[in-house]
Amino acid sequence: MTDDHTHDPADHGAGYGQEAGPLYGVLAEYDTPGELLEAARKVRDAGYTEFDCYSPFPVHGLDEAMGIKRTILPILIFVGGFTGTCGGLLLQWWCNAYNWPWNISGKPAWSIPANVPIAFESTILIAVFTSFFGMWILNKLPQAWHPFFRNERFNHVTDDAFLLGIEARDQRFDAEVTPKLLEAAGAIGVEKVHLDPDPASRHMPKWITAFIVASTAFALIPFAIAAKARTSHSTEPHLHIFPDMDFQPKYKSDQPMDLFGDGRSNRGELVGTVARGSLNADDVFYRGLEHSEAGEQWTTGFPRQLEINEQLVKRGKNRFEIYCAPCHGYDGRGMGAVPQRVAATGGVWLARNLVDVSNPVSITMPNGQLFNTISNGYNTMMGYAAQLSHADRWAIVLYVRALQRSQNASLDDVPPDHRSGMQMPEAPTR
Amino acid sequence: MSSADATMESPGHPGHPEAGKAREAFRAVTRDVAWVAEAPRPHKAWLAALGVALIMLAVGLYSIYVLVTTGVGVWGNSNTVDWAWDITNFVWWIGIGHAGTLISAVLYLTRQTWRVSINRSAEAMTIFAVMCAGLFPLLHTGRPWLAWWMIPHPNDMQMWPQFRSPLMWDVFAVTTYMLTSILFWYMGMVPDLATFRDRCAAKGDKLRAIIYGSLSLGWRGSARQWHRYERAYLILAGLATPLVFSVHSVVSFDFATSQLPGWHTTIFPPYFVAGAIFSGFAMVFTLLIPARHLFNLKHIIKDEHLEAACKIMLGTGMMVGLAYATEFFIAWYSGNLFENFAFINRAFGPFWWAYFLMVGCNVLVPQAFWFKKIRRSPMIIFVLCILVNVGMWFERFVIIATSLARSFLPAQWSYYTPTRYDVGLFVGTLGLFFTLFLLFFRYAPVIAISEVKGAMPEAHAGKKH
Repeated sequence: MTDDHTHDPADHGAGYGQEAGPLYGVLAEYDTPGELLEAARKVRDAGYTEFDCYSPFPVHGLDEAMGIKRTILPILIFVGGFTGTCGGLLLQWWCNAYNWPWNISGKPAWSIPANVPIAFESTILIAVFTSFFGMWILNKLPQAWHPFFRNERFNHVTDDAFLLGIEARDQRFDAEVTPKLLEAAGAIGVEKVHLDPDPASRHMPKWITAFIVASTAFALIPFAIAAKARTSHSTEPHLHIFPDMDFQPKYKSDQPMDLFGDGRSNRGELVGTVARGSLNADDVFYRGLEHSEAGEQWTTGFPRQLEINEQLVKRGKNRFEIYCAPCHGYDGRGMGAVPQRVAATGGVWLARNLVDVSNPVSITMPNGQLFNTISNGYNTMMGYAAQLSHADRWAIVLYVRALQRSQNASLDDVPPDHRSGMQMPEAPTR
Repeated sequence: MSSADATMESPGHPGHPEAGKAREAFRAVTRDVAWVAEAPRPHKAWLAALGVALIMLAVGLYSIYVLVTTGVGVWGNSNTVDWAWDITNFVWWIGIGHAGTLISAVLYLTRQTWRVSINRSAEAMTIFAVMCAGLFPLLHTGRPWLAWWMIPHPNDMQMWPQFRSPLMWDVFAVTTYMLTSILFWYMGMVPDLATFRDRCAAKGDKLRAIIYGSLSLGWRGSARQWHRYERAYLILAGLATPLVFSVHSVVSFDFATSQLPGWHTTIFPPYFVAGAIFSGFAMVFTLLIPARHLFNLKHIIKDEHLEAACKIMLGTGMMVGLAYATEFFIAWYSGNLFENFAFINRAFGPFWWAYFLMVGCNVLVPQAFWFKKIRRSPMIIFVLCILVNVGMWFERFVIIATSLARSFLPAQWSYYTPTRYDVGLFVGTLGLFFTLFLLFFRYAPVIAISEVKGAMPEAHAGKKH
């Protein structure tokens, strides 16, 4: 024994205020691991349960001497590891075989051998987490404070001291008898440990609590920002922390450009020139216009390039149902999918009834004007020149004429040998 | 004091001489380890080493800056040799890390008590080496800020990782390895951090006492705590052992599952693991031989420990040599034209110099460890360890670069030359590694104090049987 481990009873405790608070327990110090072992056995045999031994390294045989039950940690770790295996397999199956099956060189989406490495690693990972965190949780650590830390002797436990502590809450604890037992077991020193008289000192200092609360709140800020971003709209471009290839040194159409006098990056056609193959001199075919002594007027016929036959009508039907029917409807009555949808949501979307005899604007419109409307648009309708070739636009004009006729037809229009068993339906209402 | 206090000293129990000696021995271990962290001023050699390491780290950071702002084109990698220094360095660093786990886990399970003097620093080395290793594939992706795409998570892109790819296995293996190593290392350190805490508290150094106190989680060294702690430590060692073998096997799958001659071989997993342990031991002693000299730890990291490690290096070095020979035999025995060519090219092609450097350092150099005289002289061991590190780096380079530079189509053949950014990044990881290791050596318990005490004969003092 060296001096720094012996205590003069006279000055003892003064610096710690140990007498003032309630008694927490008794600490006894032993010289060697072997003597600690013997003392632990005696304390256990005396029937104490709320006691523990403290040493700088694990003293072998102490578990048995103290009667410590084997920890359930290995079972927890096995459960953790098994969860890891199942989780690893499930993850791979769900991602690659179920949620998004992915053909890689024609290999099966789900094949155990290829999934073994990750299942193995996840087994180890979860088992390691269970052993690490499980051990600390079972040991009730981290623990900010323990009454024994108030004892000077106890501070040598992590260096060279072997201590045995019995807590006052033990049923057999007696302030007089218990220290004597420890002494009889060969202790070189026995001390009582009291709690601090001030109950406030047994709680976490306020500033630590404040720090934990503040840092937790701070840590939540990024999540709050992400949550707000997911539920709100912004017209600002998103933040480019890493530019990737979003910004490239090139001009897109309609961007300003200093190089040319007009300040535009678009280069239009030069005045007085026509691009090759774009002369389009035939006004009837390309514009629906006819020239006569009376001047310019919409043509009422069809361009002579087109042969009017069933094939052209079918082509017109095909194009009409792609480009026109969404608004005008398959029957041309102006109740296509879009107006119906808008009406259902409480809005208004007007599309002209192309076959209406009571307001026969479209019926009386000359072919050329109909062609021009398809090409360049009318009111809120946009032009379809970019999507439809000239011939297709004429085919649509032809089909619209066919629709106007068929939608307003009577039984008399049907050839007599097709009339048997036919009944006129009631005129559809808008 | 009040009379009610039963506090007492036992009269007539002065402590027997055996006990006094045992306590003195325990205290000496604590003191000899703690003084490194407690010295008010760092050692001059330590400061000088840290300065060099920080300069190297700065070089690495600059190389990373240029790489990230320009693109992977700044490296010497080409369409033919698309894996080069980056993957060489990755495998090299990962391999170095494995010795730490081997020392802490495998030698623990096999009850090699000599490990307690070196396991802590070896584990630290593992973690720092894996950090360096992880940088390379991350930067090789070109856009490292998108690395989180490799973590399976629900996302707007409706994209899941491809789990049947060895590269994905790598992500899981290396991540698991990293986390396991950190937790194992930290858990082992907690009782020693508590020792530091108590020493600082006793001296009234409040700031350090709070820092070490927070890190030691309120450890009390109670028998009930030790009971669970030892159980968890044993199981962690048991988990880390298969893990360390799986990690380098998975790394070798990156090559072995491809169809490239020189890579496509089943010998790779054991061959890589043996090489990893070989190079890791070499690195442990490259670090510890100067450190034990600098910090007066020669009575804890003893000459016998160096000798035991030399024997392990001799054994694993010969395993690696056997693997080289087996590769050549199989190339000939397979009768496959491409395999034949790959290996003849490896030894006698444009990278012949790298091949013979590798064989020289990895097969011939360790043969010196047959002699006890060499196993007992730290200076020579130190030099040989550096040569082994060089040799093991070239092993990975030879496997990766020579195989790629001469693959199936002669029209594709090319030669590989690194650029300054390849070199800069490698130097930078060395700087990072040494910086972290030096900081660890200054501020953490560099030797497992409680384990050393537990392995001393004094740990059984006073026991009746």
